Amino acid sequence: MNLSDYHVTRTSRATKIAAVLGLLILVVLIAAPLWAGRADMRLLGELFLYLALASLWNLMAGYAGLVSVGQQAYVGFGGYMLFALTIFGGLHPIGAILVAGVLGALIAVPVALLIFRLRGAYFAIGTWVIAEVFRLSFAQISSLGGGSGSSLPAGIVKSLSESRSGREHLSYWLALGAAVIVIVAVYLFLRSRNGLALTAIRDNELAAGSLGIDIWRTKFIVYVVTAALTAMVGALIFLQKLRISPDAAFSVNDWTAFVIFIVVIGGIGTIEGPIIGTLIFFALRESLADLGTIYLMVLGVVAILIMLKAPNGIWGLVRGRFDLELFPLSFRVKKSNSSKGA
Amino acid sequence: MDWVNAVVQGILLGGLYALFAAGLSLIFGVMRLVNIAHGDMIVLGAYLGLSVTAVLGIHPLLALFIVVPCMAIIGYVLQRGILNQTLGGDLLPPLLVTFGLSVILQNALLEIYTADPQKMNAGALETASVPIGGLSLGLLPLLTFAMAVVVIASLQWTFYRTALGRAFRATSDNQEIAQLMGLNKRHIFGLAMALALGVTAIAGIMLGIRTSFDPSVGGGRLIFGFEAVIIGGLGNLWGTLAGGVILGVAQTIGAKIDPGWQLLAGHLVFLAILAVRPNGLFPRISG
Repeated sequence: MNLSDYHVTRTSRATKIAAVLGLLILVVLIAAPLWAGRADMRLLGELFLYLALASLWNLMAGYAGLVSVGQQAYVGFGGYMLFALTIFGGLHPIGAILVAGVLGALIAVPVALLIFRLRGAYFAIGTWVIAEVFRLSFAQISSLGGGSGSSLPAGIVKSLSESRSGREHLSYWLALGAAVIVIVAVYLFLRSRNGLALTAIRDNELAAGSLGIDIWRTKFIVYVVTAALTAMVGALIFLQKLRISPDAAFSVNDWTAFVIFIVVIGGIGTIEGPIIGTLIFFALRESLADLGTIYLMVLGVVAILIMLKAPNGIWGLVRGRFDLELFPLSFRVKKSNSSKGA
Repeated sequence: MDWVNAVVQGILLGGLYALFAAGLSLIFGVMRLVNIAHGDMIVLGAYLGLSVTAVLGIHPLLALFIVVPCMAIIGYVLQRGILNQTLGGDLLPPLLVTFGLSVILQNALLEIYTADPQKMNAGALETASVPIGGLSLGLLPLLTFAMAVVVIASLQWTFYRTALGRAFRATSDNQEIAQLMGLNKRHIFGLAMALALGVTAIAGIMLGIRTSFDPSVGGGRLIFGFEAVIIGGLGNLWGTLAGGVILGVAQTIGAKIDPGWQLLAGHLVFLAILAVRPNGLFPRISG
């Protein structure tokens, strides 16, 4: 055996096929206004925003071990920033979304300094306290409607596009763009030096620390970046809803419980997991919608069963059986094509 | 005098928060488990109390004798049936499973009892008060505080003076060696959860007599309990009572400044203590 006969690669046939298929699906989705109805596009838009939230939560919990049950803090913050910046700052909504991201990162810094003092499950509940502080604080701001909330003025809505269909198309593309940007950002981040550090921390925190990885700093970066992107997604969510109130903006069920279930069902700690989880979540939701609260109980039961019986989720089962990976992240040793020997 | 009154009322409110927190503190102390559904279980206790008083036509305080054993059995079954499977090195499974339980419980209560706010009727006890040193103290808050003290003293006694407590401490310190000494850790954990939910039942009934409740209020109760535990210091039961009192006083003083500030003031005091003393005021267990 000659070492030069082998090489290390990240790509495989599956990743190449997935890349081509992914691009094709993306093209079809971009063209949705040509083939989809108004209700379908609204549903897809919502799906994309949940996909973005789930991918972000997965980056934090699945890779950095930061299990937060308070991400609604940044969803609501982003939503409120969209309203404040457009109504009082006179910004164009799209500009306001970008600024909301920057502000989300800025507010995440002191928050992280504070709650990083808590560990594990106590960190989780600490993030929830932060979200409550955000909710109660925004409920005190009377110029934003206080506890009852406010609507986005018609003038600002019209500044997106004069026609209703124009606005709907734009908001669909923005949601699709958010999902694509988040997934690509997570993918590139995981391939970067920081991502490698993060994967090492996930696999063994003690060993990673002893290799000189600054665990605190790496987690801090992940937390702040996630907060910024979550705030932007939050702004987009409330640009679609056109109305905001503290209870809707900082809902733990809507923006955290569902997102956690999506990630757990799909498979935590993989890029593919949140994508599959989102598809399953929406399939369940659309088919069980008539059952009302029973549907939420079913969702809870499914999440518990998956956590107990298949902690790596649906994608974990698939990957365990077929050694499949759609995003080229892990390294594999392969035989070089040039050598025909042995 | 107004301010003195606010502080005293806050201390008594702290008794209720300590009851919310005692179960959380207990199961963390024994098995390092944090139960996200704890708040919803308090609300479950309140609804069970409501049903028992309605069916049997008895006083809510008497319902305790039925609801506490019921909740203890639920706790034991839950621990042996589900939660024991989640314990281990990884923190994610217990967290997500209890999060799932929280959603199931909330929606089950919603399905059975509807979203209408309910309240238990404790008759004259609700409005009775005793004048002490110029202040008028409600009998119900006084009773709640006394119960918190009794519950915490009993837990403390159980922990350090009984065979069961020794088993709790042994399993908590080293599960493997405790197993070797003939303790069945699954059973011990089941008993710990039973005890914790028994206490939770008391918390639920006192909550249900004091204020109206609906299936969605569990999250807020979890947060108060959690804050009391962290302020007091992990694993320290008397610290948890102190934490509850600090939280209660912060809230009543906040409400005195501006009614909209009640909850926010409690959270801000919690964050301030977290910033200065990350391990709480009276830490016993580090980490």
